[in-house]
Amino acid sequence: MDFLSVLSFAVFFLIFASFFSLTSLGLNMQWGFTGLFNVGVVGFYAIGAYTSAIVTGPAYPDTLFGGFGLPVPLGYLAAILTSALAAFVVGFVTLRLREDYLAISTFGIAVTIQLLALNLQSVTRGPNGLYSLPKPFSGLSASNLVDNLLYLLICLACIGAVYWAFERMVRSPWGRVLRAIREDETAAAALGKNVFAYRLQAFVLGCAVMGLAGALYANFIGYISPQDFVPIFTFQVYVMLIVGGSGNNRGAILGGLVVWALWSGSGGLIAAVLPPDLQTQAAAVRIVLIGLILVLMLLYRPAGILRERHIVSHEARMGDGARPPAADA
Amino acid sequence: MMQYVADGIVFAAIISLGAIGLSMIYNILRFANFAQGEIVAAGAYFALAFVALLGAGVGAMGPVAFGWPLLVSMGFAMAATSTMVLLVDWLLFRQLRDKNASRIALIMAAFGVSLMGRNIVTLAAGGDPINYTFYIPRSIELLPGLRLVPDDLAIIAIAALSVLALHLFLSRTTMGRWMRATAENPTLARINGIDTRVVIRWTWIIGASLATIAGTLQGHIVELRPEMGFSLLLPMFAALILGGVGNVYGTVLGAIVVGVSQSLAVAIGLSAYREAVAFMLMLAILLVRPQGLLGERE
Repeated sequence: MDFLSVLSFAVFFLIFASFFSLTSLGLNMQWGFTGLFNVGVVGFYAIGAYTSAIVTGPAYPDTLFGGFGLPVPLGYLAAILTSALAAFVVGFVTLRLREDYLAISTFGIAVTIQLLALNLQSVTRGPNGLYSLPKPFSGLSASNLVDNLLYLLICLACIGAVYWAFERMVRSPWGRVLRAIREDETAAAALGKNVFAYRLQAFVLGCAVMGLAGALYANFIGYISPQDFVPIFTFQVYVMLIVGGSGNNRGAILGGLVVWALWSGSGGLIAAVLPPDLQTQAAAVRIVLIGLILVLMLLYRPAGILRERHIVSHEARMGDGARPPAADA
Repeated sequence: MMQYVADGIVFAAIISLGAIGLSMIYNILRFANFAQGEIVAAGAYFALAFVALLGAGVGAMGPVAFGWPLLVSMGFAMAATSTMVLLVDWLLFRQLRDKNASRIALIMAAFGVSLMGRNIVTLAAGGDPINYTFYIPRSIELLPGLRLVPDDLAIIAIAALSVLALHLFLSRTTMGRWMRATAENPTLARINGIDTRVVIRWTWIIGASLATIAGTLQGHIVELRPEMGFSLLLPMFAALILGGVGNVYGTVLGAIVVGVSQSLAVAIGLSAYREAVAFMLMLAILLVRPQGLLGERE
């Protein structure tokens, strides 16, 4: 293996890891800071991917809508807006109610999006998928290395921007209210906070980031179909967030990297070790193992690798390990 | 039109049996059990194993294409599924309860169990569809324009009998009263000397047994697939929410509304979007009447 092929593999791996890290960051805003359980992560990711594909993709002979061929940044923007809109509708209906309703409804969204992707042939081309999606900077070099490197930079810039914004937000008074809601909804409401509005904001923000991640994926890979958006994705992202450390934005990014490395590494190992006729079983074993990781983490190390830092605000920094007075209550 | 309503009621019979377990876990253990679909699937596959062990096929009862061998296998499968579910509760959910884990942690654990369950079924039985027997539905004309398959009538009868049995259990037995008391107020129930651990055990057993019936019947008229339960999950949740959380009879009513609506969606050519119909109904009821058709405000 020469240096260039190792490098291009590393770039390819990091690009995929960054889709997961970004989604995990979005989920962290919902689950990590606000305690909202979104079972339909893959649904919002798929909304983003399909939106960008429709906005930026070419016109296909067999579709009635789409193929606008607009610049890729507009695709990303549209993806953010549509997934935020879907999140607003679901959130508006369910976030006033008991937390289980959000879980059930987001599950419903994921199922519905899957059905639309499969059956709304005139827009999504059903199981055939949308192809030839434009990738920014493509064709700069023969080996794809240069344009992949540039794409990685786009992904890292997105992660950086979201990380910076989310860090500012969760350390602001707004972020403190989110954590107050997560810990004790009744107390937050008693202090005059509009619990519903804060939850809705956090939920919509998180879903918008998931939509962006989906759009980045679609325009990188150039081809999307319903098989790309299955429930296991949601599960992987939860494992990433919990392993990395929910409630910690760096943990969310790290979890995406670590778990994606484990996942793709074990996939390569299984493919190399087992005969081809056992691959279905091998895939099942891998999913059972990742399920076990999740359950064991929930039972024995719910804080993850990087635990949540107990910081009250920018102005009042506290040393590591110190706990704010409120946490003792 | 009558035909579609009738088809919808057959589907409703199956989802109501699955959704009752969901409803009881929701009321007594207080979380949305995302693994309920896999309990349905496990029941169906256990029944398949017992059908194979008995080696007597599925039998027949007059015009109905299944008889005592399938029903006996279903009985054994109810015991097997209940044992399995109690084991999972003991290994996982009990520990989370002891640690005072949040409701969300319980939902998430159930979500993990659901994914693992589906893949364990795939490992054990393969991913391809299986049937109990080679079954061709033969319909008879009941009324002009209304044809029904005898098996479908048998399914409705079995579901109705199961719901009646559950009603008698909840209203006439001590355990049933304990369950209702625990659902109403767990702390008060414990103060009055009710052993809630026993109540929880019986909740799992009843939910798993009814889910096994649902899985076996669904497996008989359609097929067995590892995802068979997972694809029933959204209609089951919709039935639970439509009927009103906290009301087992509401769940049955909700199942009828969901079943008939999905069937009517087929009638107007939207068969690919059946599950989306359940979801839309669910969102609509949450918007207009969050407590459900028969529910009371919390």
